[in-house]
Amino acid sequence: MKTKIISVIAYIILAPIIGGLLDGIDRKISARMQRRVGPPLLQPFYDLGKLFNKQVIVVRSSQSFLLLCYLIFMIITGAMLYAGVDLLMCMFVLSTAAMFLYFAACVTSSPYSTIGASRELIQIMAYEPAVLLTCVGFYLVSGSFEVSDIAFGKFSDIIYLPGVFLAYIFILTIKMRKSPFDISTSHHPNQEIVKGITSEMGARNLAFFTLTEWYENVFLLSVLALFITNRSPVSFLAAVIVILVVYFLEILIDNCSARIKYFDMVKLAWAVTVVLAGSNIWILMLVKQNIVN
Amino acid sequence: MLVMPEIPFLICFPFLTALLLFFTKNDKLKALISYLGAILVICAAGILWFDWLKGGYEPIFLYQNTEIVDHIIFVAEIVIMVLITFLCFKYKKRIICLLSIIPTIIIAFAEQININPTEKLEHIYIDRLAMLMCTIISLVGSLIIIYAVGYMSGYHMHHKEVKDRSNYFLALLFVFMGSMFGFVLSSSLIWLYFFWECTSVCSFLLIGYTRSEEAVTNSFRALWMNLLGGTALAIGIFYFAFFERTLSFRSFIALGALGDVYAILPVALMAFAALTKSAQLPFSTWLLGAMVAPTPSSALLHSATMVKAGIYVLLRLSPAMSGNITGMMISLVGGFTFFVASFMAVAQSDAKRVLAMSTVSNLGLMVACAGVGRPETVWAGAFLMIFHAVSKSLLFLDVGATENSIHSRDIEDMHGILFFLPLLAMFMFIGIAGMFLAPFGMLISKWAALRAAVDEKNIILLMFIVFGSATTSLYWSKWMGKIISHPHAPAEFKDITRPNEFVSLVLHAVMMIALCVLFPFVSKVFVDPMLVEMFGMSGQVLSQGVLYILVVIICFVFTIPLLSIFYSHKIQTNRKLSYMGGINEGDNCFFTDSMGEPKRLWLSNYYFANKIGIRKIMMPCQFVSAGILLGMFCIILGAIL
Amino acid sequence: MYNIKRSPWVLHYDGSSCNGCDIEVLACLTPVYDAERFGIVNTGDPMQADILLITGGINSQNAAVVKQLYEQMPRPKVVAAIGVCACTGGVFKDCYNILGGVDKVIPVDVYVPGCAARPQAIIDGIVKACDIFQQRLAEHEQMIKKNKTAKEG
Repeated sequence: MKTKIISVIAYIILAPIIGGLLDGIDRKISARMQRRVGPPLLQPFYDLGKLFNKQVIVVRSSQSFLLLCYLIFMIITGAMLYAGVDLLMCMFVLSTAAMFLYFAACVTSSPYSTIGASRELIQIMAYEPAVLLTCVGFYLVSGSFEVSDIAFGKFSDIIYLPGVFLAYIFILTIKMRKSPFDISTSHHPNQEIVKGITSEMGARNLAFFTLTEWYENVFLLSVLALFITNRSPVSFLAAVIVILVVYFLEILIDNCSARIKYFDMVKLAWAVTVVLAGSNIWILMLVKQNIVN
Repeated sequence: MLVMPEIPFLICFPFLTALLLFFTKNDKLKALISYLGAILVICAAGILWFDWLKGGYEPIFLYQNTEIVDHIIFVAEIVIMVLITFLCFKYKKRIICLLSIIPTIIIAFAEQININPTEKLEHIYIDRLAMLMCTIISLVGSLIIIYAVGYMSGYHMHHKEVKDRSNYFLALLFVFMGSMFGFVLSSSLIWLYFFWECTSVCSFLLIGYTRSEEAVTNSFRALWMNLLGGTALAIGIFYFAFFERTLSFRSFIALGALGDVYAILPVALMAFAALTKSAQLPFSTWLLGAMVAPTPSSALLHSATMVKAGIYVLLRLSPAMSGNITGMMISLVGGFTFFVASFMAVAQSDAKRVLAMSTVSNLGLMVACAGVGRPETVWAGAFLMIFHAVSKSLLFLDVGATENSIHSRDIEDMHGILFFLPLLAMFMFIGIAGMFLAPFGMLISKWAALRAAVDEKNIILLMFIVFGSATTSLYWSKWMGKIISHPHAPAEFKDITRPNEFVSLVLHAVMMIALCVLFPFVSKVFVDPMLVEMFGMSGQVLSQGVLYILVVIICFVFTIPLLSIFYSHKIQTNRKLSYMGGINEGDNCFFTDSMGEPKRLWLSNYYFANKIGIRKIMMPCQFVSAGILLGMFCIILGAIL
Repeated sequence: MYNIKRSPWVLHYDGSSCNGCDIEVLACLTPVYDAERFGIVNTGDPMQADILLITGGINSQNAAVVKQLYEQMPRPKVVAAIGVCACTGGVFKDCYNILGGVDKVIPVDVYVPGCAARPQAIIDGIVKACDIFQQRLAEHEQMIKKNKTAKEG
């Protein structure tokens, strides 16, 4: 119980720091890939600080409260994961959080953020099956949806779930809004949807959004770690390494691909989900009758 | 011997009220009778609950000697047959009357079969599932009737072309309710068949209420599909009675669960009949056509009665479908319907059609749960049914009230109704949230279904649930976004919801929220023992602890936005214009077009109608599901012969 | 006071320029000149921008647009006029539709001359704008404080 409380508190405090650092690393590595110096490592924190110091602006006053809800629900999601409760429940609360972001974007009735919001929904539709199948995969392997059972199994779950792992990495690209799937928002300007779902978020609202993204990234990468971890402490080190490698991979994909059409994204994501995750789970159901890790 | 007078009251009283209403022309009197009738039905259901509680939740058997009633029912069956035949000839759909004449003859023969004299046939049987259905029917059904009284007078004010026969309409609603009570309480197969035909005819008459050409076509489509199911049911009953010499529904299920060779085909036929009733593919089109009728009838068809009759039968049958070919195929059809119908719902912009497709889709999930036939899935199915009944009824009534106010039921026209019809929008929001948002009921049930599918190692059902729930959340959230967006233009609509409509909506919303909060309680006290009754074992998939956590999260979902509102009111904000490339015309409603003129901004959702519209994918899906059903019967017949 | 100099996000608006300066502005954001080392990000959204870079003069059509974009930016904000057209109207000054430099419609803080302005000069201009940006923050905070005391009083 005590360790659970400590890990939840650690998550709440450390997640934004880690998330921000990862963001900084992302920008730095991207810069190096383009043979330039790039911003300082702590640039994301400078940006966040500035956003909090600017004049508070809104297009509609309900925006800020919806974004605040988005932030709080995201924190709850992560806290639930670190408290070791049901993984599916975490994912459902995550989807509720995503809904608040959607509301915050479309409540403004502005053209660009509405189109971004619609595309965000398509993104949710694209990645949702893979997320659920990931949970199902964990359940099949460890016999429980409880995060604490999944994390401390006898073996690393990835042994049984290579296909699910790959599918999860695939949809991670969508979740992290990286190219070629940055269709609901764009990090780069002068695109047809301006800033997409974040178009009407300035100053403090954008700061909330950024902070939530950091929390979300840490949460998603923590789920990634569940594939690797088992009882031995070494596996946790391995998990960190895998996370970093996957993160690097995402940056690489981001830097060398252009955005695709949303319909192609859905088709691609679903195909990957069915082929990789679906067949993996099917085989698992057929081959192993009672795996309890 | 127990008498329990409230049971014949529950079944007969709605019929008598209907008769009274049929001859009442005075508006005030009509309303009074309807209100009284609805309230009395709820009271009777309450008394039934009380009596049953006194008996300690034990199953109750009643009415073994019912010769007179049997004769009455036989005569009524003939009357129904004559009525259908007459209407078929009147509207020149002569072939359809065969679907009524043939099963009536079959049933007449079935009644002549010598029943095993040692077995005492109880005609009424009360257990938890029956009580659950009674509760849903009496509460939701009565609330819909209360709503309908006000709605119909508004309806006839707007639709002058339709002849005002609202007394007939209300009478039909009562008949419908009465036959539903009869249906869920009766344990004799003959009675079951009779009430089954009653609901078919009621829905047929309700759909054809306006007597427009479209209404007539759609009502006959509903009629032939449901009569086809009825025919299957009649054949099943006859076959079963002929070989087993009994007409008891309970022994029917018991023998089915044992895998008795003469029960296989009847179970499959009855399941098939249930599919037609709950509008599964390939029979979904009748429910879509039912939209032409006034809203209360849609609400009744979709939530408390009709389609739930099919689900009720399947839940009853689930022990008999557990792990055999019928169950497998039925769950396949259900899962397929869930998946495909949610696609079709994405492509709809008419609110009632979205609701219709989502009903088909959700029923598909319930059918799949029942088809798997394990306690875990039935637990999920039962909860899906409860939540679906309440929130779908709420949504239909709300869309009806909204339509009266804004003269449109297109979701695109509901852009920003939160700002001009705040109360209706709020109810709509609650209803939709109940349908898909975590941690409300439907989602929890879906979660249980998912889990049960995994436990059953049913990969196909699992994939259908996973992908179907992704598309489900797309169409609901699209709609929610429309409700809360700021309006395109200043509102010129007035909320003309009548007080009685409003009362019904409020009660629905209260029921919805109460159900969400009391979820663990309902599961522990009611649904779980129900499974013990049906399967002999408990089937709770989600541990009680998880359910309590969910309740805590529900409280969060309500409090966090409130707290956030307080917080965001405190900080000072500066309003800015929304970004439109710097060419707003002074507000967020207009921008400067390329001719330098102001142009109104108009926002719309994605629908993909040309990719996944009903026209595009309904036919292929019907073929696929018909193929599955055909395959099922081929295999079963092959096994028997 | 928080050091906001390190994170200037720019919004680039093309007035009625010949596109020469625009190419240079974008060039200084590309890898060759790497403006991101100063934390400069091109946002394309006024709600998120701190520094408004305007190239080209103001004509009767875009005057309202420039004003609106400037209004949509949250305080503290800085305006930099890039290129001689944005500073004064340049070679187009006497055209029938040109009103003049950007300062005809909104207050300009930094003038970066040149035809076209060189990327080095543009970065220099943005860095100069950053100092003003910091200064503006101080003014902004003072104003908030004043408002607060006025309210309490």
